[in-house]
Amino acid sequence: MKRSATLWTGCVLAGLIALVALVSLFWLPYDASDTSGTRLAGPGGSHLLGTDKLGRDLLTQLMTGSRIALAAGLGSVAIAALVGITLGLVAAFAQGWFDDTVSAFLDILIAFPTLLLAMLIVSARSATLTSAIIAIGLAQSAIVARLTRILVKRVLAQDYITASRTSGTSWPRIVGAHVLPNIWPTLAVNLALQFGLAVLAEASLSYLGLGAPPPNASWGRMLQEAQATFTTAPAGALAPGILLVLLVIGVNLVADGLRDTLDPARRRRTTA
Amino acid sequence: MSLLDVRDLTIRTSDGRALVSDLTFSVDRGERLGLIGESGSGKSLTTLATLGLLPDGMTTTGSVELDGTQIVGASEKSLVEVRGRAAAIVFQEPLTALDPLMRVGRQLAEPLRRRRGLKGDALRKAVAEALEQVRLPEPGRIARAFPHEISGGQRQRVALAMALACEPDLLIADEPTTALDVTVQSEMLVLLDTLVGERGMAVLFVSHDLAVVSRVTDRVLVMKDGRAVEDGTVRDLVRAPRQPYTEALVDSARRLESALDLEGPR
Repeated sequence: MKRSATLWTGCVLAGLIALVALVSLFWLPYDASDTSGTRLAGPGGSHLLGTDKLGRDLLTQLMTGSRIALAAGLGSVAIAALVGITLGLVAAFAQGWFDDTVSAFLDILIAFPTLLLAMLIVSARSATLTSAIIAIGLAQSAIVARLTRILVKRVLAQDYITASRTSGTSWPRIVGAHVLPNIWPTLAVNLALQFGLAVLAEASLSYLGLGAPPPNASWGRMLQEAQATFTTAPAGALAPGILLVLLVIGVNLVADGLRDTLDPARRRRTTA
Repeated sequence: MSLLDVRDLTIRTSDGRALVSDLTFSVDRGERLGLIGESGSGKSLTTLATLGLLPDGMTTTGSVELDGTQIVGASEKSLVEVRGRAAAIVFQEPLTALDPLMRVGRQLAEPLRRRRGLKGDALRKAVAEALEQVRLPEPGRIARAFPHEISGGQRQRVALAMALACEPDLLIADEPTTALDVTVQSEMLVLLDTLVGERGMAVLFVSHDLAVVSRVTDRVLVMKDGRAVEDGTVRDLVRAPRQPYTEALVDSARRLESALDLEGPR
């Protein structure tokens, strides 16, 4: 059962981060704005992972950072799913000039780098976590919408849709009963991948100072702040970097595992 | 008045090429008509046009009246009303005619629920009955199976059960046996013949195989390049084909028949 092993490893990795985020809601080793520690202390002693250049506890920052990373992933994917799937469905059913217009619009949006688009939106609003989530979510909506449109069009061309129509089933019913379930496996895998990308995008925005403002410790901002002191106090950069990598790998493994368990073609091969 | 009345039906692609030209035929209640011709002769398009299911971009002119409703130019809403009740289709490819992610029972329940207003236990019973009617063994197991878990012949029976569940006045069978192997094909034709006979349904049977058509229908319309070239009873066509194309069809059917005879009784 190699395929479920992938899914499990991914779930454990992502679940671990989620657990840390959950614990951080109820307990933190220090207050997030507590600067009483020795500056740039190494790991060990009263500060398990050491402190940053302002004397704040690293573990505390990492823990609150996990909340931000997960919120960025979940929020962005939720927006991308809602806006993208709706838009994709509309585009798939649209005909003639409307279909062309929507497709062209999506292509242009996708040609824009996600980060650039996000920076535009963040600078138009203000640099908060919500802005970052909205920005990343909207940028990803275009990708999800285009994928949805193609998937829906492919399903609509199938005989079972025509068969369903010949028996007098209405469009909304066909979409609910046949179209959405059939595009879901591919879509779910893509959304899982988008989750990982959203986490990275948020970290990048924060690194550039466009994410959650202090004292909220985003992993991206921790990386940026630790950059100057990397040679003397590497823990400050290594810790958020490692967690970021673990979360993204975990989510990607989940996506891989989902593909193997949800994809009807693969499932057919393994059961038949 | 005929159940299906097709008059001067012309189907064009978006660039104006005519795929079906000036086709006129009718099917009375309880009557069976075979539509025969090679691939690309416009048979399948004609069947789709009778239910207003042509792909986007194709234009239809002429008139298709199904059970008194004009199909050409009708709104999707009025088409939904007519489809299933007046006519249902069994398609050629049993693999793609069923939703791969939905259990067979649930797919079959859909038309039963809508047409007869059944739910709960009554619906479950009706599904089992519908599966039994098409001579499927272990209806309980089949109802719980996904399409890829049953054989091609079984899938086609399910598709037939779904079409019959609509209780249509006209059953359109678009090469329903072409994708099946010969023994399964023969069983399927007998089953179709029996079930349709019991219900007094009209049939529009589409095929490229005269021998297959002759087992289900008595009247045949021969199509070539989107036009009707000849029509009449199967007997007349076989005995005295007026068109060279029909003659070729009859010849090939004969050759197949004699080849089978050489192999001895089946």
